[in-house]
Amino acid sequence: MQALTNKSKPVDRRPMTFMESLYLPEIVKGMAITISHFFKKKATISYPEQQRPFSRVFRGLHVLNRDEEGRENCTACGLCALACPAEAITMEAAERKIGEENLYREEKYAARYEINMLRCIFCGLCEEACPKDAIYLSETIAPPNFNRKEFIYKKDDLLIPNPVTDPEGFAKARGERDNKNYKK
Amino acid sequence: MSLLAIDWLLILEKLGLIAIIITISLVVAMYETYAERKVAAFMQDRIGPNRAGPFGLLQPLADGVKLFFKEEVIPSHSNKVLFVLGPSLAMLTAMMTCAVIPWSSPVEIGGRVIPLQIADVNIGILYIFAVVAMGVYGMMIGAWASNNKFSLLSGLRGASQVISYELALGLSIIALLMLTGSLSLKTIVEQQMADGWNIIYQPLGFLIFLICAFAECNRAPFDLSEAENELNMGYHQEYSSMKLGFYLFSEYINMFISSAIIATLFFGGYDIPFLDESTLSPNVAAILGVVALMLKICFFIFLFMWVRWTLPRFRYDQLMNLGWKKLIPLALINMVVTALVILFISQK
Repeated sequence: MQALTNKSKPVDRRPMTFMESLYLPEIVKGMAITISHFFKKKATISYPEQQRPFSRVFRGLHVLNRDEEGRENCTACGLCALACPAEAITMEAAERKIGEENLYREEKYAARYEINMLRCIFCGLCEEACPKDAIYLSETIAPPNFNRKEFIYKKDDLLIPNPVTDPEGFAKARGERDNKNYKK
Repeated sequence: MSLLAIDWLLILEKLGLIAIIITISLVVAMYETYAERKVAAFMQDRIGPNRAGPFGLLQPLADGVKLFFKEEVIPSHSNKVLFVLGPSLAMLTAMMTCAVIPWSSPVEIGGRVIPLQIADVNIGILYIFAVVAMGVYGMMIGAWASNNKFSLLSGLRGASQVISYELALGLSIIALLMLTGSLSLKTIVEQQMADGWNIIYQPLGFLIFLICAFAECNRAPFDLSEAENELNMGYHQEYSSMKLGFYLFSEYINMFISSAIIATLFFGGYDIPFLDESTLSPNVAAILGVVALMLKICFFIFLFMWVRWTLPRFRYDQLMNLGWKKLIPLALINMVVTALVILFISQK
């Protein structure tokens, strides 16, 4: 049978030569290898102090986006919920009242927007589906928790900080997104 | 009355020495666990424990505290007396061996000469053999009392391994004894200080002794009785809490003592190479001697770990082949050749 890959290595079943059956020369060779590793650079990354940069296309926690004036982009069209293969997104739409123009960009907005992070598979299809650039996946990994309930992220957990009142928080949440220009 | 007079100072001095040496062996054993983890990590391109204290130096304390607070389980089907006796015996025999090791030349305090050796008995090496041979009982009793098939298998393996390798160990020592003409470890060290280290005269004997020491300590590649992946830690399996701690500790103490014995028998003990100790004041010489011996011991402990993290475990038949068909004939040849050479030289 032909091997599927060229990675498999046949086991060497030849009987030991005299030098090998003495063990000691081979042991010394082995010990030379281990001692050379003793002084090599270590592969460990001491996690909390030292963090590995994520890949440019890393998909982490969701963020609900705002425009430059701090208005929510989301219009509760439901395309993200429809696109979601894990059915993790729930939303309820509401109509914008007069006087709320500085809160929501369009006449319709999401009154309730929840993502169940236990269901979510971080595929990014919601981001692809969104016509308003209202949802995107950030570079933050979902933090652990003791309760299932806490994994259902409400709108408050998901919304990006307001760029008008908290520009630093906004910039931090946007991350490398604006500089790298990898969307379209 | 003079016959019954007791030298109280001597008793005090020996008690102090015992306390110090036991403390040192325990501390060394503690930090051996740390060193083992660090060495293992470094050889596998990792960092190892580094969270508890600077460089993880408090890790052994954390491990010890953890062991103390673990639930103490005695299986209902086990023999309770023997179950407790096993680890105690292992620990006891491990600690007993250090009694005859000369740690350094005597120190002088207030005109009193204090030898840094608990007992300079004239059967030093025989004593070590006797106690080490008893060490396997700790393991066997523990394994038997656990009433568990894996433990029992491990006990059987351990016993047969120790018995097989003790023969070669003894034979390699006989060649050394013909050379030194004494069983007292102190005399052996003093001879080496005068005539050069025994490793020069007995390289093959040293090699056999080293291999057998690995086997006696149940260290990889001879850790068949522990065999994590086939016997589930063997005789440790039913043990928890500090009883497990005792077993693990006794292994590390054994390693420390074996290193000390190897250093004493073949590498001049507390002798500092290329230095005439008699030119120094006795106290300085004693302190330097302790340091020299400790450095030698540290090297051998490192060697133990180095080998453990390099070699895979022997299979049981390979172990027996090596012991009976290779080491014992080699040790016999070594002994006969040594005897012939000594005879030849003495007749000239």
